Amino acid sequence: MKGTQLGEFEELVLLTIALLYDDAYSVAVVEELGQRLERPMSLGAVHRTMQRLEEKGLVNSRFGESTAERGGRRKRLFTVTAAGEQVLQEARRIRNDLWADIPKAAFGGGVA
Amino acid sequence: MNRKPKAPRWAQSLLERITAPHLREEIQGDMDELFHKRGQRYGYAKARLLYIVDLLLLLHPRLWRGEPTPQFKPRYSKFTDVPKPFLHPDMIRSYLTIAFRNLVKNKSYSAINIGGLAVGMAVAMLIGLWINDEVSANKHHKNYDTLYQVKMNQTFDGRRGTQDAIPFPLGAELKAKYPDFKATAMCDWGSNRSLVVGNQKFLKDGHYIGQDAIDMFSLQVLNGDKNPLKEPYSIVLTDETAQALFGDQDPIGKTVRMDNTVDLKVTAVVAKQPKNAGLQFDYLVPWHLQAAQRTDYIKRAEANWADNSYQVFAQLRDGITPEKTNAKIKDIVLKHLINDEVTQKSTKPEVFIYPMAKWRLYSEFSEGKNTGGFIKYVRLFGIFGLFILVIACINFMNLSTARSEKRAKEVGVRKAIGSGREQLICQFLSESLLIALMALVLALGLVFIVLPYFNTLTEKQLVLQIGNPLFWGILLIFTLFTGLLAGSYPALYLSSFNPVKILKGGVHVGKNASLPRKILVVVQFTFSIVLMIGTIIIYQQIQHGKNRPVGFNNKGLISVNSSNDLIDHFEPLRAELLASGMVSSICKTNSPPTQIWSSNNGWEWKGSMPNDKSVGFKTIATSYDYTKTIGIKLKEGRDFSRDFSTDSVGVLLNEAAVKRMGLKHPVGELVKWNGSDRIVVGVLPDIMMESPYRAVSPLTVIFEKDWVGTISVRINPNVAPSEAIKRITPIFDKYNPGFPFDYKFADMEYEKKFNYEELIGNLSAIVSLLAIFISCLGLFGLASFMAEQRTKEIGIRKVLGASVTNLWGLLSKDFVQLVILSCLIASPIAWYAMKQWLESYTYKITIGVGVFIVVLILALAITLLTISYQAIKAALLNPVRSLKSE
Repeated sequence: MKGTQLGEFEELVLLTIALLYDDAYSVAVVEELGQRLERPMSLGAVHRTMQRLEEKGLVNSRFGESTAERGGRRKRLFTVTAAGEQVLQEARRIRNDLWADIPKAAFGGGVA
Repeated sequence: MNRKPKAPRWAQSLLERITAPHLREEIQGDMDELFHKRGQRYGYAKARLLYIVDLLLLLHPRLWRGEPTPQFKPRYSKFTDVPKPFLHPDMIRSYLTIAFRNLVKNKSYSAINIGGLAVGMAVAMLIGLWINDEVSANKHHKNYDTLYQVKMNQTFDGRRGTQDAIPFPLGAELKAKYPDFKATAMCDWGSNRSLVVGNQKFLKDGHYIGQDAIDMFSLQVLNGDKNPLKEPYSIVLTDETAQALFGDQDPIGKTVRMDNTVDLKVTAVVAKQPKNAGLQFDYLVPWHLQAAQRTDYIKRAEANWADNSYQVFAQLRDGITPEKTNAKIKDIVLKHLINDEVTQKSTKPEVFIYPMAKWRLYSEFSEGKNTGGFIKYVRLFGIFGLFILVIACINFMNLSTARSEKRAKEVGVRKAIGSGREQLICQFLSESLLIALMALVLALGLVFIVLPYFNTLTEKQLVLQIGNPLFWGILLIFTLFTGLLAGSYPALYLSSFNPVKILKGGVHVGKNASLPRKILVVVQFTFSIVLMIGTIIIYQQIQHGKNRPVGFNNKGLISVNSSNDLIDHFEPLRAELLASGMVSSICKTNSPPTQIWSSNNGWEWKGSMPNDKSVGFKTIATSYDYTKTIGIKLKEGRDFSRDFSTDSVGVLLNEAAVKRMGLKHPVGELVKWNGSDRIVVGVLPDIMMESPYRAVSPLTVIFEKDWVGTISVRINPNVAPSEAIKRITPIFDKYNPGFPFDYKFADMEYEKKFNYEELIGNLSAIVSLLAIFISCLGLFGLASFMAEQRTKEIGIRKVLGASVTNLWGLLSKDFVQLVILSCLIASPIAWYAMKQWLESYTYKITIGVGVFIVVLILALAITLLTISYQAIKAALLNPVRSLKSE
């Protein structure tokens, strides 16, 4: 996927969407990521990122059902597209390759 | 149902307002969900706070911007993230393409628009250049801010006058006793003197000037000594003079003979001053050369505080304000007059310094106060330029709105397929900007072609400052301004149309739209007519001055500057000239026939009061044959005559002087001048030797054999002047070897008195002609449009039996009404403005009704002529053709 630049935060959000599978919507992403990263998430940042991901064609969205706790408003549910999956695989492969190629001595030799 | 806690209402409504519509639902939902979750988790107070924090963090363009247009919604393409606002380069290109196509499609309309604007801009540009030249006069001097001229207020005959003439010792005293002054430079009034190098003889204009002047006026020494006026026998030449005298040789150290009396060494060559500079000269000689040359006279002048015959320039030290200095030097002359006569002191001389910044444009004083000066013409023409530009812009607006019906459909269709108002405004503005830009190019071309003629007319050396970025900057801003101004009304007006209404059956824009258009036409014609009336009145005033009886015969009269040689050999010169048959009479006077250079007080007469001694009478000094040579018919008495030895104490008075003295039977009356007797031998009519627009001053013509400045020669009326000049040149050369034979015709010199008024007259004539031209261009366009609009109506009327004349009247009526209305508005404005202008002339016309009637008829005639072409064309059209469609 040449030419696809995936920012770090974008990658995290995309992974979270994949993780949440059928219930991936903004608030859920905010909470999940907030817990895992152990820092408060900004709703705006997550929204922006998901929008951008959709424009890049890495996620699809549809409206879910409305709930009372949302004041009767619907949530927008996201799923990772094939292109999104490919981008994630690619990112993972690059990281794995990098990890694999790190010489043992680089981290003080103590790490197996 | 228990009341559920809620997020702050203001924050909710703010959220509603900022988020993009397509994101609003989910974001609001998210915010509510988070609020409740947090409320249960941490309590509602904290949840509210976090709600606001989130809200602030939501302030990001991505979340308030509208949804991208569906068809452009990119799918993983290079267009990702590229917004499509109405000022995107692609859109601008599209605007320009459409604008250009529109221009080409309506060629005549475009030509009228671009041509009209171009003419308007060209005139405004020329006027701008002219004003810039006036305003920037003297700014090239480094000491512009600290240079002053010393002036003096004095009261003569009850009037407080302001003069540049000051006593000889003032300059030295100011510098010696007042530390405020960094430098002072005395200066004479400048005159033509002969400069001779070998066989080369030239008359050049220059000054005796103090040596500080070189630094004060920051004169650029191109070659030679940096302080070149130290030694008395030195001379400083401008590069131009040096070139004339020495060609390409190095002039430094060479000798120039001045006035055939003194040899001067060239010590420096300086750059010639620009044409708009206050101090003009071809050469400068040291002030103290005078002392070396005319010892007696200068010795007397050096101590005389009552002889105001010189000028002095002064430079203040940095940071000194002129007000404080003025307070200190105010009474300096008065103090020195303590031992002088009462009459001198009664003039209450008051010295003050006048800044260089005001020399050119604020040079008029009345009763000791500044009353402006040339600045009024600068303002006048500034207004003219603005008028022309406004007229041209109005054309543009009118034509564009008039065509709105045609373009209304276009606007409707564009709006219907999704054009926003901003895009339409952009479209129209880019059209007007394109037109303005094309007009600018055309205007630059026009200015380029016209500038040489304009320079001749205004006697200036204006240039298009192609290399000056500021010039281009101003032009560009000016074009943008013009384009936006001209395009604003159509843009805002046309883009406001409701598409549904237009497309459903055509809005009748005509009715509502024609009122502002009518107002604009009236405004435009009001401007043009004011200019026209003004031009005619200025022209009448000039003619009035020209037709004023001169009182002497200035045809065939020449004047020659005198020199020592001419004065010494006057009798043989006279004899030889008369013997040649070319000359009928010759006399010597102190000033040329078209000017009076001298004024003297100290006159007493029968019944005069002591104060009357301070009344200044204009003075002409002459010996014999004065009236015969100048061509004056005496009212009473006779001219000075060789037959009466007592005439050496004779005096001639003009009628104004007789009236001022209140003499009943002036001839034979005994009057006194500075204590000695003078006998009135004759009375002259009020001859016009000064301004043709002012009252003739009281004049005394005194018999003084040795006070000579000019030799006047009346050419034999039976001989052609050119022939006479050819024949008398060798006679003058023989007696005046050190000077070129330089003569001036009195009638031509007299004509020069009208230069100033004629310049104003010519400029305003051109401006008003162009104003009318541009207005008519607009009218022509409007008329063609109106005719086009009413094609069907005309067709029906024709079918029903209307004649061509009827139709012509129908189409012309509207415009004629507008033009008459413009005349009614313009007349009082022009009357008031011209009355103000005429105030500055004593000898002036009264504004008659005739002018207004003439202009009304003229304006109507021009209007009808302009419209008739279109009206008749429309009326002659075959109705079958216009009615066939639909």
